Amino acid sequence: MTMRIFVSSDAGAVAVGADDVARALEQAAIKSGIAVEIVRTGSRGLYWLEPMIEVATSQGRVAFGPVSAADAASVFDAMTAGSPHPLRLGLTEEIPWLKRQTRLTFARCGVIDPRSVGDYRAHDGYKGLERALTLTSDEILADVTASGLRGRGGAGFPTGIKWKTVAQASADRKYIVCNADEGDSGTFADRMIMEGDPFVVIEGMTIAGIAVGATKGYIYIRSEYPHAVAAMNAAITAARRTGYLGERIVGSNHTFDLEVRVGAGAYVCGEETSLLESLEGRRGIVRAKPPLPAHKGLFGRPTVINNVLSFAAIPFILAGGAKAYADFGMGRSRGTMPIQLAGNIRHGGLFETAFGVTLGELVDDIGGGTFTGRPVRAVQVGGPLGAYFPRALFDTPFDYEAFAARDGLIGHGGIVVFDDSVDMAKQARFAMEFCAVESCGKCTPCRIGSTRGVETIDKIIRGERTSENLAVVEDLCNTMKFGSLCALGGFTPYPVMSALKHFREDFGPAPATLQAAE
Amino acid sequence: MTSVYEPWNEARGAEIIAEHDKLEGATLVILHAMQEAFGYVPEPAIPMIASALSLSRAEVHGVFTFYHDFRHEPAGRHVLKICRAEACQAAGGDALAARAEAKLGIAIGNTTPDARVTLEPIYCLGLCATAPSAMLDGRVVGRLDEQRLDALVAEAQR
Repeated sequence: MTMRIFVSSDAGAVAVGADDVARALEQAAIKSGIAVEIVRTGSRGLYWLEPMIEVATSQGRVAFGPVSAADAASVFDAMTAGSPHPLRLGLTEEIPWLKRQTRLTFARCGVIDPRSVGDYRAHDGYKGLERALTLTSDEILADVTASGLRGRGGAGFPTGIKWKTVAQASADRKYIVCNADEGDSGTFADRMIMEGDPFVVIEGMTIAGIAVGATKGYIYIRSEYPHAVAAMNAAITAARRTGYLGERIVGSNHTFDLEVRVGAGAYVCGEETSLLESLEGRRGIVRAKPPLPAHKGLFGRPTVINNVLSFAAIPFILAGGAKAYADFGMGRSRGTMPIQLAGNIRHGGLFETAFGVTLGELVDDIGGGTFTGRPVRAVQVGGPLGAYFPRALFDTPFDYEAFAARDGLIGHGGIVVFDDSVDMAKQARFAMEFCAVESCGKCTPCRIGSTRGVETIDKIIRGERTSENLAVVEDLCNTMKFGSLCALGGFTPYPVMSALKHFREDFGPAPATLQAAE
Repeated sequence: MTSVYEPWNEARGAEIIAEHDKLEGATLVILHAMQEAFGYVPEPAIPMIASALSLSRAEVHGVFTFYHDFRHEPAGRHVLKICRAEACQAAGGDALAARAEAKLGIAIGNTTPDARVTLEPIYCLGLCATAPSAMLDGRVVGRLDEQRLDALVAEAQR
């Protein structure tokens, strides 16, 4: 019987040598004369163990990691003999870090061959679409609404309401747009799912098309993700070939097709209206809202624009899982969130779990603290526009409202861990600098406020009139927060103000306490 | 892997435009295709794109200059992009970026005088759990340390 070995082709695994490992395994197989099939999958998301390789056994898949090309031969021998090996991790499904997750969206990621429609279907793929094809538009919308799904891009807007608005709009044509411009540092869930389970994104978008009456969709992927672009394009071709995209999808009366468009290195294009401008072939300048994209979106037509993870959550929900999805979570944050643990962290990777887990559990318990072994000092949650949290706030549960109540945001679910060597004044300066570089320039608070912010924080760092300049920064932040057109200028104050509030000691000597007048 | 680009050629440019100009909102697609063929977007291509898409030259120039990706001149033989975003900063990326600058003798954003290496910043490769990371001519590298960075720089200089 052919031995099946699984090696990730995820960019994160390739970046640490997965391709070399795959080649070395092939060599070892040839040398041994044993028939071996090497399947390139996505990543399971346990990145500190990448390159992680698995072998199919009668008990299930057994994992080894992190495997270097030099280890490949001995790991191969251990696989064939079923003998112990220092890198043997046991049954993959039993690895505690994976076992304690609730993988609804990422159930197949790292398991299947991302280029195979057959493999996708063999792992419950396209069940959501098959059921959706038997439902009316209203019934699909009812399921999406009942699941409680909120936009996973960061804004958390209820997906069901957005879709309903587009479904009710009348127009000669409508569009489905997938926002895969995952620019936030510390986030990689979109990349992972596109590389590891691209059909789930295609299926989710197809269901959206059927629900709202759109026949054309675009996936806007950032140019920094060449592997994801290749994976999505390959999957779209495979879906067309098997009748899952194109005219009369799987014999129904519905038509739906997809096209990948590649961004060009502008962070602001992750903002939905800027993304639409870019898709139309223009500068990624933010549009004023209203009109909402649901009314006037791409090329002025009603458009569903959602994040990759929102679309990827849909197949599970439509396969009869709406209630099961809604049963997870806390408060108004229903379902699961693929949380990304990144930066200076021992166990970095993708952890999908129900809302409600605390920041402390995520960083200390699941993440295992820093890989440098130094104490965790700050964590930035939600990308470059997210707040820095000190240890004192580690009891905050992962929930849209709970983070907002503490002047933060969960954003796209990325958590970047910093140890005690971090200089928070430098991080605050970086937030302003990043905003200045990436500002589309349309509104003054963002365009000029961020530049003034950099200059003023530089003065503070040089020790010039610290308290006066801190007041200027605070004032600038207020102007940006309330006066900017979109989240770039509007949320840059989060990292800046949180750094100031929680790590004041990094911004020079505190103002002398006012003495009571004699 | 050295990228081999064609020299600018008007007929080839026109051919690239014709391949894509029927697409909805084709400007970025064409600019990407130009850069893929020639290694940058040659100046004479701008009015050609404008005329094919019924846009003004200013509009196409505006799009071209808005996006960080598009080059107005060829890059070095190798392009080394170092991630400067927060997750890589947290993992010691700043020191490695400074080391790359010192090794190559240029600041980030420049090309070495011998035109071998262009050193660029990149804001997130999505490899944040295996930080710090970089990309050499489209090949991703994670878990950079001094030794791995030095090897990468040496490879770029070859």
